[in-house]
Amino acid sequence: MSASSFSALVFGTSVVAGILGALTGLGGGVVIVPVLALLFKVDIRYAIGASLVSVIATSSGAAAAYVREGLSNVRIGMFLEVATTLGALLGAYLTAKVSSHWIAIIFGVVLLYSAYSSYRQKGDHPTAAVPNALAEKLQLRGSYPTDAGETTYSAQHVPLGFGIMFGAGTLSGLLGIGSGAVKVLAMDQAMKLPFKVSTTTSNFMIGVTAAASAGIYLARGYVDPGLAMPVMLGVLGGSMIGSRILVKVKVATLKTVFVVVIVALGAEMIFNGMTGRI
Amino acid sequence: MAEFTDKEMEIEIGQMLRIGVSLSALVVFAGGILYLRSATGAPDYAHFHATAEHLRTIAGVLHGVARFDAASMIQLGILLLIATPVVRVILCVVGFARQRDRLYVGVSALVLAILTYSLLAGAR
Repeated sequence: MSASSFSALVFGTSVVAGILGALTGLGGGVVIVPVLALLFKVDIRYAIGASLVSVIATSSGAAAAYVREGLSNVRIGMFLEVATTLGALLGAYLTAKVSSHWIAIIFGVVLLYSAYSSYRQKGDHPTAAVPNALAEKLQLRGSYPTDAGETTYSAQHVPLGFGIMFGAGTLSGLLGIGSGAVKVLAMDQAMKLPFKVSTTTSNFMIGVTAAASAGIYLARGYVDPGLAMPVMLGVLGGSMIGSRILVKVKVATLKTVFVVVIVALGAEMIFNGMTGRI
Repeated sequence: MAEFTDKEMEIEIGQMLRIGVSLSALVVFAGGILYLRSATGAPDYAHFHATAEHLRTIAGVLHGVARFDAASMIQLGILLLIATPVVRVILCVVGFARQRDRLYVGVSALVLAILTYSLLAGAR
């Protein structure tokens, strides 16, 4: 295959990855890693390097639209990012000490279960009427535009959410991929934030978390320019399209897309764990 | 001066992100054209042999760009992209400081410190 046609194919895939990544708050890596590894037979280390680039591209590419629409919440994102980045440090430290195969398999099962519980609850959960005392103290609240006008929300179960975020960070340090799903689930299911606020705030967070591990992967030679070029340009374009779709689409539709993607991600994790790819 | 609201802060950050993303995409695109003109066939990615030494450090990449090396130019664009979330956190520290929100200056400075630590620890 010529370099041009290879780049064109990867570019096309990356546009799709960017759209899905921006819609779900998971980043482009969800699509990039399996497609590169299984379809293009790219070594998993190059695939992880490309995935890292795609996650940052999704995050920064979609951010402008989410900020303008007032969907993502900078305080909630920043507060939870403390837990995620600390978790990522622990995860990187643990990589040499634990078997990542089993972690990938367990993570996959958790994702399948979360997909099931997200699926049972169709639309958005009701916005909590009583503000949570700790959330008020930490200003973990806000308002966002809905069909019914500007709607206010306040985070619930803050310590639980913070704890799950720490776990999400540890997973991303250990496995290199897939922690975006835990971030969305922690905000949506545990902290009871509106679904669109959860995915767009996760979109902010994944970029920061990915940047934290970028140094390691670049220095290890995982980020190959020939691969990173079509991935980055494709994902950027895709994420801009995805962010425009998210603003308009109904929560129920968005949730269906999210559930399908995390089922695929869960299956991928179990498969990777069993075949020893991770 | 009127109070600096969260909304204004986020719009400023959004503009910065757009500039950062456009700049990095432009550099990667220019490097990509150079790369595709000189490339003969798709490289072998099935076997991992790590990228060339000069593509793994900031200094090496800058040297490569000075030689008009296509791969180094793409890598420079990728480095600019990696910098966008870091700059975003820095702007949050500044923004919260302008709001005199001590709690969140602390929170975002802590994130920035952890981020810097892991970037430096990784590069070593």
